Amino acid sequence: MIDIRLIVVVSVAYLGLLFAIAFFGDRRADHHRSVISNGYIYALSLGVYATSWTYYGSVGRAASTGIGFLPIYLGATIMAAGWWMVLRKIIRICKQNRITSLADFVSSRYGKSALLGGLVTVVAVVGIVPYIALQLKAISNSFSILRGDPALATSIAGPSAPDPPLLTDTALYVALVLAAFTIVFGTRNLDATERHEGMVAAVAFESVVKLVAFLAVGFYVTYVMFAGFGDLVGRGGGDPDISKLFTFGTSQSYGSWLWLIVLSMLAILLLPRQWQVAVVENVDERHIKTAIWVFPLYLLLINIFVLPITVAGLLRFGSDGVSADAFVLALPLADSQPALALMVFIGGLSAATGMVIVETIALSTMVSNSLVLPVLLRRGDALAEDNLGPRILRIRRVTIVVLLLLGYLYFRVAGDALELVSIGLISFAAVAQFAPAVLGGLYWRRATRRGVTWGLSAGFVVWAYTLPLPSLAHAGLLPSSFVDNGPFGIELLAPYALFGLDGLDSVSHSMLWSWLVNIGLFVALSLTGRRDPAEHVQASMFTDSSGRVDRGTEARLWRGTATVGQLEVLLARFLGADGARSALAAHAARTGADVSPDAAAGADLVWHVETLLAGAVGSASARFVVASVVDEEPLAVDEVLQILDETSEVLAYSRALERKSQQLQQATTELREANERLQELDRLKDEFVSTVSHELRTPLTSIRAFSEILADNPDLDVSERGEYLQIIVSETERLTRLINQILDLSKLESGGAEWEIEPVDLGQIVESSIQATAQIFRDRKVELALAIPDPAPTVTADRDRLVQVVINLLSNAVKFCPPETGLVQVTVTANGSGSPDAADDMARVAVRDNGPGVAIEDQVIIFEKFRQGGDTRTNRPAGTGLGLPISREIIDHLGGKLWVQSTPGQGAVFTFTIPLAVVGSHVTAEGGAS
Amino acid sequence: MSDRLRTARLVAVGLLAFALFNFPLLGVFDIDTRVAGIPLLWFYLFGAWLLVIGLLTWITRAR
Repeated sequence: MIDIRLIVVVSVAYLGLLFAIAFFGDRRADHHRSVISNGYIYALSLGVYATSWTYYGSVGRAASTGIGFLPIYLGATIMAAGWWMVLRKIIRICKQNRITSLADFVSSRYGKSALLGGLVTVVAVVGIVPYIALQLKAISNSFSILRGDPALATSIAGPSAPDPPLLTDTALYVALVLAAFTIVFGTRNLDATERHEGMVAAVAFESVVKLVAFLAVGFYVTYVMFAGFGDLVGRGGGDPDISKLFTFGTSQSYGSWLWLIVLSMLAILLLPRQWQVAVVENVDERHIKTAIWVFPLYLLLINIFVLPITVAGLLRFGSDGVSADAFVLALPLADSQPALALMVFIGGLSAATGMVIVETIALSTMVSNSLVLPVLLRRGDALAEDNLGPRILRIRRVTIVVLLLLGYLYFRVAGDALELVSIGLISFAAVAQFAPAVLGGLYWRRATRRGVTWGLSAGFVVWAYTLPLPSLAHAGLLPSSFVDNGPFGIELLAPYALFGLDGLDSVSHSMLWSWLVNIGLFVALSLTGRRDPAEHVQASMFTDSSGRVDRGTEARLWRGTATVGQLEVLLARFLGADGARSALAAHAARTGADVSPDAAAGADLVWHVETLLAGAVGSASARFVVASVVDEEPLAVDEVLQILDETSEVLAYSRALERKSQQLQQATTELREANERLQELDRLKDEFVSTVSHELRTPLTSIRAFSEILADNPDLDVSERGEYLQIIVSETERLTRLINQILDLSKLESGGAEWEIEPVDLGQIVESSIQATAQIFRDRKVELALAIPDPAPTVTADRDRLVQVVINLLSNAVKFCPPETGLVQVTVTANGSGSPDAADDMARVAVRDNGPGVAIEDQVIIFEKFRQGGDTRTNRPAGTGLGLPISREIIDHLGGKLWVQSTPGQGAVFTFTIPLAVVGSHVTAEGGAS
Repeated sequence: MSDRLRTARLVAVGLLAFALFNFPLLGVFDIDTRVAGIPLLWFYLFGAWLLVIGLLTWITRAR
C-alpha cells in the first residue's frame, strides 16, 4: 500500500535524526552544557517504559480483556509516588559508590560479591532477551503491514507468515542499525560515571514522537472516522462482544489484576532500562520531583485513546481476522490515510528503538562489568595489560551485538508463538525476582549475601520453569504434553499448575511460586546466617536512612600499605595514563594529600581509587584489582563491628542531645513566660495593697482626727459634738463597707465565693433592687423609668449576687445624675436584639442615666479596681471604686457580659447580659422577691 | 515544606492510589453503565488516575 522505498527512506531519515540529536547531546555534554539537565527531559526519558508493547499491544490486550491492559500503567503511577523515598535513596547510594548497573548495585550491597553480580546479570539477560525480540518483531511486522505484504497484512504479532529469507528480513537490518547506534552512543568512552547524555536526549525525543503519533491516530480515529467517544461507545454497546469490554468481565480475575499492579510497580524500578535512565543517567536528584507527576501524566495521555481505537478496530474489522495488535496501524491504512499510517509507524519505531537502545546499553554494562571482567581479572592475564580501557569497551560492543542477535534469534525461533503482552509480562516477572535483593537490601540491614544468592537462584529457576519454558512448548520446541501432563507425565510438576495449583493465570501462578521460594529463602537464610566484615560495612552503608555514606567510616575500615605510584599504574590500566594522572591531581587538590609516586597512599586515596574503578569495571572487580596491588591486613569481624558500633553510637548520642536541647529550649521559653506572668501579678498585688491601704487610711484619718478633737475638748457643746460623732459613725460605716467589698472581691477572684445558681425571675430581681435603692432616689429627687416585659425573662443566676449588681448599677446611675432633673431608665429585654455581641439565648438589662457620661478613655478603666472615672484627685466621686469590678466579676462568673456605652455629656448606659434559663424550667416558689 | 513531610505525603498518596486502583473498590464501579458516553469503569479509573496525578503535582510543587 505504501511504497517500500518511501518507508525505508523515512525510517532511515528518522534514525538519522536520532543520530543527530544524540550527537548534539554528547557535544553539549562535552562542553558541560547539558541538554538533559531538566526535570521534564528526565521524565520523558523515563517514558522509555512505554515500548511497542504499549504502542501496539495495549489495544491488542484491550480487545480481549477490556480494561486489563491498564494495571501496567497504574502500578507505575503508584510507584512514582514512592520515588521520592526509594529512587532518591538508590540514586544517592549509586552516585557515591559509582554504581553503574543493577547487577553492580546488588553485588555491592552484599559485600561486593562477584558471584552475585554475575547471577543478577544472567537473570537479567535471560529475562530481557525475549523482550528485545518483541520489539524487533513489532518493527518487522509493522513494516510488513505498512508496505501491504498480503501474507502479513493481518497481524503484527499473531502467528503470521513463514519467515522471510534472512537477507530480506527487516528485523535483521533493524537489529544491526540499532546495534550501531547503541555502540556509537553507548560505548563512546570508558567513563567512571557511565552517563550517556546524547543517548538520553535521543530517548526523550523518541518519547515525544511516540506520544504525538499515538495521540494523532487516536484523535483521527475518534473524531474523524467516528464522532467522538460517545459515538464509539454507543455503537460498540450494541455488540455483546464489544460491550463486554466496558466492564471488568470474566476474562480476567481480581488476583491477576493485583499481580499486574505489583509487577509493574517493581518493573518501573527494576527493569534494566528503567534503572539506566532513572538512576544511572540521572543528573540531579531534584529532577525526580518533576518526574513524579510528569511521568504518570505521560502514561495517562498515551493510554487515553486505547479504548476508542479498540472499539473502532473491532467495529471496522469485525471478524476479518485482523489482529487487534495491528489496529493502531491498520485503521489509518484502511481509511486511506497513508501519511498518518507512516507517522504511526514512525511512532512505533520510536517506541521499539528507544527500548532496545537503553536496554542493551544497560545489559552490556552488566555483562562486561559483572560477568566478563571478574572472570578475566581472576584469570590473571588481563591484569598484565597496560591499558584495559579499550578492551573493556570492546567487550561491551561485542555484548551489544550479541544481545541484539540473540533477540533476533529468539524472534525467529519463538517469536510467533506469543502475543506482545505475554512476552512483556514474562520479562516483568523475571525482574520482579530482584525485588527482595534490592528493596530488602535497602531497608533491611540483616539481609545477607547467602540469602540473596539462594533466593534469587531458586526464584529464577522457578520462574524459568513456569513461564518461558512452557512458552517454548507453544512455539513447538517442546512437546505440548510437557505443559499439559508435566514432564514424564508427572502431573504435580506441570509448569502451569505446579503441585496441582491450578485455576490461576500463568503469570500469577509463576509469581506465587517463584516469590514464595525467593523471599522464603532470602528471609530464612538471612535470619540464620552470619555476615562477613565486608557485608557488615556495605549493609550499614546501604540501609542508612539518608542514603548518605559516611566516608570516614569507610576509610577507617581499610588497613593496608600501598604507594601512590602503584595505585596510579592501576588506574592507568583502566582509565588511561592521562585519566589516572588527572584523577590523582584532583584528589590531591581536594584533600591536600601527597601524591608523589613514592608516598604512602592514605586510606581515603585507596578508597577513592576503588570507587573510580568501580565506575569503570564494577565494584566487585574494583575490589579485586585494588586488593591485588595493596597489602591488606584482613579485618576481624569484631573490629568491624566495633568501628560500626562506635559510629552509630556517636550518631545516636548526637541525636539524643539534639532532642534534649530542643526540649530544654522549649522548657526555658515556657518558664520565661510563666515568670513574666508572675512578675505582672506581683506588680498588680503591690499596687492593690498600696491602693487599699490608701483607701483605708482616708476614713481612718478622719475618724482619728475627730476622735482626738472630742478627746481634747471635753467642753464642746452638744450640737458640735453630735456633728463630729455623726462624721465618725459615717466614716466607720464607709470603712466597714470598704473592707466588706475587699473581702467580697478577693472571695470572688479566688473562687471561694458560694454560688446558688438557679432559675430566677429577672423582673423580680430588678424590682427588689429598686426597692433597696428607693431611698437614694427619693433623697436626690431622681426619677426612675422602668420597662420590663411581661412575663419577665427567667435567667439562671445567683439571686443575691445579681441583686448586688443591679443595686450597684442603680446607685452609680443615681450618683451621677443631676439632682431634680435626673432620670434613670431601666430596660429588661428577653434577647439580645440590637447588639451584635449578645447571643439569642441571653437576657439583657440596661441602666441608662442622663449624667455627665463616661469619657472614652475611662470606659475601660472604670472596671478596674479602685479606678474611678474623671480626675480622681480633684473631683473624687463618692464610693469605693470597687463596685464595678465586683459587678463585672459576678456577671462574668454567671456567663454574661457587662459593658458601658457612653457619649460624654449625654449620659451613660451600663448593660449586662445574663443567660436565659433553659426553656421549660420554671421559676420556683421560693424564687419570689425577698 | 520539610523533606520529611513531603516524603510522608507522597507515600500516603501512593497508598491511596493502591487502594483506588484495586479491588474491592474497583468492584463498586464495575457496572455496565455510561458516564458522559464513557463506560463507568473506564471513567472511574482514568478519573482516579487524574486525581492521583493532581495530588502528586500539588505535593511536589508546593514550596
